[in-house]
Amino acid sequence: MRVTKSAAVAAALSLTAFTAQAATLEDVQARGELNCVVTTGVAGFAAPDENGRWEGFDVDFCRAVAAAVLGDGEKVKFIPTTGKTRFTVLNSGEGDILFRNTTETMSRDADLKLSFLPVNYYDGQGFMIRKELGVTSAKDLDGASVCIQTGTTTELNLADFFRINNISYEPVAIETNEEGITNYSGNRCDVYTTDASGLASTRAALDDPSAHIILPEIISKEPLGGAVRHGDDQWFDIGKWVVNALINAEELGITQANVEELASAAGDNPSINRMLGTESDMGAMVGLDAQWAVRAIKAVGNYGESFDRHIGPNTQIGLERGLNALWKDGGILYAAPIR
Amino acid sequence: MNEAIASQPQRNIVSRLWNDKETRSVIIQIIAFAAIFAFFFFMVRNAISNLESIGKDISLDFLSQPSSYDISQSLIEYSSRSTHFRAMIVGILNTLLVAVFGVILATLVGFLLGVLRLSKNWLTNKLAYVYIEYVRNVPVLLHILLLHGIIVHALPLPKNAINLGDTAFLTNRGFFIPSPSFEPLFWVVAGLFVAGIFFSIWFSRYAHKVQDATGRHYPVFWINLGAIIGIPVLAYFILGSPIIWEIPELKGFNYRGGMVVRPEFVALWIALSLYTAAFIGEIVRAGISAISWGQSEAAAALGLSRGRILNLVVIPQALRIIIPPLTSQYLNLTKNSSLAIAIGYMDIVATIGGVTLNQTGREMESMTIVLLLYLTFSLLISSFMNWYNKRIKLVER
Ligand SMILES: N[C@@H](CCC(=O)N[C@@H](CS)C(=O)NCC(=O)O)C(=O)O
Repeated sequence: MRVTKSAAVAAALSLTAFTAQAATLEDVQARGELNCVVTTGVAGFAAPDENGRWEGFDVDFCRAVAAAVLGDGEKVKFIPTTGKTRFTVLNSGEGDILFRNTTETMSRDADLKLSFLPVNYYDGQGFMIRKELGVTSAKDLDGASVCIQTGTTTELNLADFFRINNISYEPVAIETNEEGITNYSGNRCDVYTTDASGLASTRAALDDPSAHIILPEIISKEPLGGAVRHGDDQWFDIGKWVVNALINAEELGITQANVEELASAAGDNPSINRMLGTESDMGAMVGLDAQWAVRAIKAVGNYGESFDRHIGPNTQIGLERGLNALWKDGGILYAAPIR
Repeated sequence: MNEAIASQPQRNIVSRLWNDKETRSVIIQIIAFAAIFAFFFFMVRNAISNLESIGKDISLDFLSQPSSYDISQSLIEYSSRSTHFRAMIVGILNTLLVAVFGVILATLVGFLLGVLRLSKNWLTNKLAYVYIEYVRNVPVLLHILLLHGIIVHALPLPKNAINLGDTAFLTNRGFFIPSPSFEPLFWVVAGLFVAGIFFSIWFSRYAHKVQDATGRHYPVFWINLGAIIGIPVLAYFILGSPIIWEIPELKGFNYRGGMVVRPEFVALWIALSLYTAAFIGEIVRAGISAISWGQSEAAAALGLSRGRILNLVVIPQALRIIIPPLTSQYLNLTKNSSLAIAIGYMDIVATIGGVTLNQTGREMESMTIVLLLYLTFSLLISSFMNWYNKRIKLVER
């Protein structure tokens, strides 16, 4: 099944005479819809709700881009992908932009030819295990069966971690998070490993989340961010500055509730004025109008609002801001200024 | 006629060429070849230029880089430090393993089903019928997932393993069995076994000749069985059982030592076999029914026993009908094994067409390799079966 997908994309690569290159913005505007590459379902990050509407932290970034570019955050077609198919879908032109718990690495940038947008979630790979097994450290996992999602960075980290610590394991490769949950809860594996954020989301989906713990070791750096294809600088800039706008909005106190009011007339804060287009037209630099950031924030709120709504401490997922707090609040979230 | 040609020289060359059956077919073939070639040329050039426009070239260098991932079932030495090429070999061997075991089991079960379908006993006949209809009408992927789910959920965890005489252990992580390590004397046994095979080949021919010449009939099967199995087994015990068995032991999370048959392999193997067997059953039934009843009656009139009627009269003729469709079932089984990734069995698609593809971003190269590999397997199976089909062809005298 996934073979057919890869093969189809390879065939598409051969057949499409004109790749969607340089003019992604025009293509998207002409189509009137943004094709956004997301997961097959990770609660809190990107998953359809009971009405079939896609919801989540990554989904919000898709909507923010759509709002900036098309004027409507609802004009998004979500393309669910596995770890394996996501980049091919993007590179073949089927997707315009990707927000899928995706780690920025050198090979993905230089070899897969992806341009990464600013990090929207600083993460690291962890392990989840049943409490009853009494394991407290990942170093005690010698001989364990480990469920791992194939086509991700996590396979390499896992191989490295066990090799460095000179312990053995049995990898059980699975394709989607859903199959991961099935195999883990069916006890085919002792441990489930992936990004700590993904683990929190997976744990929340288990029958009795409190029966499982996430081990303290974080074995890798996983800076997760959106991505676009190489070769279209304008489109890259749009993605990059929409992400920066949402983070800067939190820093400047712009929220979904007050953004329209703040944008109605120039105020005392020139940073806010520039971003919301009341003092200068920053949007024109990337081929958009002056209201681009207003629409993005109106659609999904600022970074913190989106975080709290989907994955924050008051949600089922229950992730703390931690590293993902603003730099002035003790985190490392530090977006380049819009000026 | 000649005058007519002379009067219309223009039209005639073309129409003459076209009206000539042989030239016409040559022309059509040339045009078809040119079209196909142009199409592939267009595809390949397009692919290359599209990849180029995002800055990617086509290269196989990635195969010699370290794979950096582990594989749970490997028939050869492999670690995350091995190359992508080696990972691919591991995948190929895993595909071949499940294909070979699958073909064997599917054939056995298939022939059994075929015979049951012909049974005069109403119940066995209908049971076989229901089985075949059910299995054939549910997609094979569902069989695989279902079987895997059953194994994982129904079998106990390692700490509660089903203990088979303290030597083998059945768990939902796999079937752990002792693994042999061979002492030097073992090779004597192995040698006798090989010698037994050569002996029986020679003996079968000899017995055939004697029978042709004198009509004397040797119990070939039993003598060969003795040579291949009996003598080596005897020697094994006389030499003091020169194999040391390493028995799996529960350590921590799982059993260690010994060998393990993983649930992923078992689920894929059994599901593919039982699925394909349903099709083979119908093929066998059709093949046997096609041999007219009169032939069996005639053989019976000659005084042959029921077993020998089947062996000498019905099956050799039925096989000629069975083999060609059987070949395509073998091909199907091999190709269906690419569904392995659904349950995490590391075959070709999961290794070179999966993790390697993803980590290196070489989708064009990897998918091409995968396609070529399946094509090779299919051609090998077909040519073997064609060879076999020729061999058993009816000798007309
Ligand atoms: N950050 C890693 C792993 C990302 C990943 O695939 N995480 C899983 C586990 S939460 C996921 O998102 N699965 C979604 C799906 O199955 O569709 C990467 O970029 O390779």
